[in-house]
Amino acid sequence: MGWLSKALSGNLGQKLIMSLTGLFLISFLLEHLLSNLLLLKSDGADFNAYAEFMKTNPVIQAAEYVLFGGFIVHIIYAAIITVKNKKARPQGYAYNKPSENSSWFSRNMGLSGSMVLIFLIVHLKSFFVPHKITNTATMTIYDDAIITFGNVPYTLFYVAAMFLLAFHLNHGFQSAFQTLGLRHPKYTPFIKKLGTAFAILVPAGFAAIPLYICFIR
Amino acid sequence: MNLTVKVWRQKNSKSEGKMVSYNVKDVSPDMSFLEMFDVLNEDLISKGDEPIAFDHDCREGICGMCSMYINGRAHGPKTGITTCQLHMRSFKDGDTIVVEPWRASAFPVIKDLVVDRGAFDRIINAGGFVSVNTGGVPDANAIPISKIDADAAFDAATCIGCGACVASCKNASASLFVAAKITQLALLPQGQVERASRVEKMVAQMEAEGFGACTNTGACSVECPKEISQDTIAKMNREYYAAKASSKNL
Repeated sequence: MGWLSKALSGNLGQKLIMSLTGLFLISFLLEHLLSNLLLLKSDGADFNAYAEFMKTNPVIQAAEYVLFGGFIVHIIYAAIITVKNKKARPQGYAYNKPSENSSWFSRNMGLSGSMVLIFLIVHLKSFFVPHKITNTATMTIYDDAIITFGNVPYTLFYVAAMFLLAFHLNHGFQSAFQTLGLRHPKYTPFIKKLGTAFAILVPAGFAAIPLYICFIR
Repeated sequence: MNLTVKVWRQKNSKSEGKMVSYNVKDVSPDMSFLEMFDVLNEDLISKGDEPIAFDHDCREGICGMCSMYINGRAHGPKTGITTCQLHMRSFKDGDTIVVEPWRASAFPVIKDLVVDRGAFDRIINAGGFVSVNTGGVPDANAIPISKIDADAAFDAATCIGCGACVASCKNASASLFVAAKITQLALLPQGQVERASRVEKMVAQMEAEGFGACTNTGACSVECPKEISQDTIAKMNREYYAAKASSKNL
């Protein structure tokens, strides 16, 4: 298997891993959003039942390890590639105008990704850790979500993070397909549109739930 | 036109460089950017100063030598051209123009605006060729290849190896240059024999030279004087994965 680790250790191999883990994490976002919609039902029974299922089902427990693995690999490879890329240009330009040839989103995947990572840590600390790891939660996860999102600064932080997630997805979605070599005049225009739609609708969907709980409910 | 030109001056590859400001007077709008540099250099020589070293050769947009990063962009503000095809009418009287060499660890500065692009030669040496004897000029339409593939191969073959892709990429990635050659030869019947080993060797050499990875910003294609498409990079990736999965080079 030496050939495989060698193939995956180069730039192209590392970007392949980034694209595959990225697409995997995108699929998780969709699942997470659909389940969050249960928070909109004023009776928390369905959301709590769903949370209990996620907490106890053995297949989900195994999938959770894969999901964490996906995040960790995506983050570590991002760091490795970023260090290599910085080394490729030790001295920058005195005057540079990259906005003329590329989008801000595409050039700042490291920035948007890092912000999403900070959000992810806070987010896990709010819900995953007390309800799943330490079991120190004193209320149901539905009640916890309602109280947490009732906090205006927390909700605004959540919404800001969703903007950065949108920036990350706007480039990441279509970039993953390009890295995989899945580019074709018939499909690429659709993939790009789908990526932009996904980048807008999914974070907007996530943000709408705490906004609803905080300001309308 | 009267201009202020800020140029990167560096004595040799070992010394520290710095930006130096020059006033250039009576510039004709019809001059090419390189001719403006000729005028500036004549002036410097007449004053007994060291002229600015810059690469140039054909001055008709096909050799790829004129590597200048002008006002924050490879080959200046226009797309689809080299520096020699950029004319002073693209600037205004009184403008300040900043000129720097390509910046990449794989392209070390030799002097002033001249960088060593030997890394590109070594990538081509690694596999960017066809070893089989292709004979003399063949009869037209004697080689079985579709018009679509022939056109795509020709589009990729228009790469002049100028390095604008590396210069404009935020990661100093050589993906577009390498992908253009791989695409060209992978599409042609003559390139099939070495198809898998070529992509493996050229990509390995690209890594060894210290170019960065591709983030798919698309900057390279925008700044490429031959407007080579991102299609080539997707093609290179496909070729690479297929070669790594199936070639017998363990």
